Amino acid sequence: MTAQVVTISSGKGGVGKTTAVANIAFALAASGSKVVCIDGDIGLRNLDVVMGLENRIVYDIVDVIEGRCKLRQAMIRDKHLPELYLIPAAQTRDKNAVSPSDMKRICDEIRPDADFVLIDSPAGIERGFRNAIAAADRVLVITNPEVSAVRDADRVIGILEAEEKHSPALILNRLNPDLVKQHDMLSAEDVLDLLGIKLIGIVPEDESVIVGSNRGVPVSQDPKSRAGQAFRNIAHRLKGEDVPFMDLDKQGGLWDRIQKMAGRR
Amino acid sequence: MNDLHSLIQIKGLRDGLLVSLSEAPWADQQSALLTQMDEQPSFFQGARLALDVGTQILHVNEVVDLRDQLSERNVVLWAILSESPITEQTAQLLGLATRISKPRPEETRFASSDPNEETALFINKTLRSGTRIEFPGHVVVLGDVNPGAEIIAVGSIIIWGRLRGAVHAGSNGDKSAKVCALDFAPMQLRIAKEAANVNDARETASPRMAFIRDERVVIESWKPS
Repeated sequence: MTAQVVTISSGKGGVGKTTAVANIAFALAASGSKVVCIDGDIGLRNLDVVMGLENRIVYDIVDVIEGRCKLRQAMIRDKHLPELYLIPAAQTRDKNAVSPSDMKRICDEIRPDADFVLIDSPAGIERGFRNAIAAADRVLVITNPEVSAVRDADRVIGILEAEEKHSPALILNRLNPDLVKQHDMLSAEDVLDLLGIKLIGIVPEDESVIVGSNRGVPVSQDPKSRAGQAFRNIAHRLKGEDVPFMDLDKQGGLWDRIQKMAGRR
Repeated sequence: MNDLHSLIQIKGLRDGLLVSLSEAPWADQQSALLTQMDEQPSFFQGARLALDVGTQILHVNEVVDLRDQLSERNVVLWAILSESPITEQTAQLLGLATRISKPRPEETRFASSDPNEETALFINKTLRSGTRIEFPGHVVVLGDVNPGAEIIAVGSIIIWGRLRGAVHAGSNGDKSAKVCALDFAPMQLRIAKEAANVNDARETASPRMAFIRDERVVIESWKPS
């Protein structure tokens, strides 16, 4: 096994990096891959909460780097999926506790024993971001269909291109097809037009994502959730499978079903 | 030791350290610099470094490598001064300064003596948010200029693509400078000292050219003649 190191980054905060890492990791692990997540947000750790592993943290990534424990000891196994691990960030330190070469070293150590290493990048384009992309084989840039988020994604893509991290792919998160139809939200085409990179997934706006994050049970576990389906599709595409994009217009709501029954659609 | 010191010169500036490199191969100079840092870590701790690389051509991976090495020694690479446009472009891409407070005397190094042989910078890619291109001549972009990107040219600016960012042509006051783009919708537009009202231009996308007529910026649609 040689793991693919995938970093998820956005520039802007609050667009769903951590949520995406947790969901994609659960989807990958549920489909049989061995996945190690690394929380790159030293000082503001969240991934452990979203993955529901907060109360199991003993050692963190800074302990590994500073030699207080072995890498294995800092890898927390998920409660349900035996092939899913988290290396948490330190909460009491800051980004300077880790350097780009530390990240490379840790990823190289994991590489032989896993299929995927997912790194959750902090917001911003400073040290923490540099650490998160240092070891990456691939970078997924995540953005919302909002002008400010797209602007920051553009900046991040520019830096990735300058650093010759080849072909970042785009996740468009929290798209609301109804708002797009009313021309109140940027459409997927608008965003892709500006950013000019390959799309790897569109995640529709879905309240169950927030509920899942708070409970520590990512929504990609829920077979009924449309956002969960979108994250599962991204996981399959990461594995190199060709999955068609979901039809976001199909709301599947009560009114649609009534209309379908009435033969109006 | 003497060998190392003849390769690089370090002197203090008001806002950091200026390291001047010689013409020796890049790898030798880089290791000379890092060796010197490891010998006197306390002198370099927390320093901001400006690198004068002379005529050396540096590519992105070389600069990134150096920057990472420096950051592990708690030193910030802040600027790269160069006489090569390629290296300057590299530095700009990485968000490093290419000039320090005291401007270098050879400011006119790109300008040719013959006005008919003016130089232009050709950029064969999309300029994304956060990129700033400053050039003492014309600038030609084959690609888009996204919102948040800036081009400041002493001469004209020609964009074969979408213009969505900020552009300033004729930045030294040259009123004959022009700005053209296939899809002309800049965030901000200035020619010489005149700013243009670009709100109208942003309504519809089409090829346009902006120039100065009677002290005002005029934006005209391009029609094949």
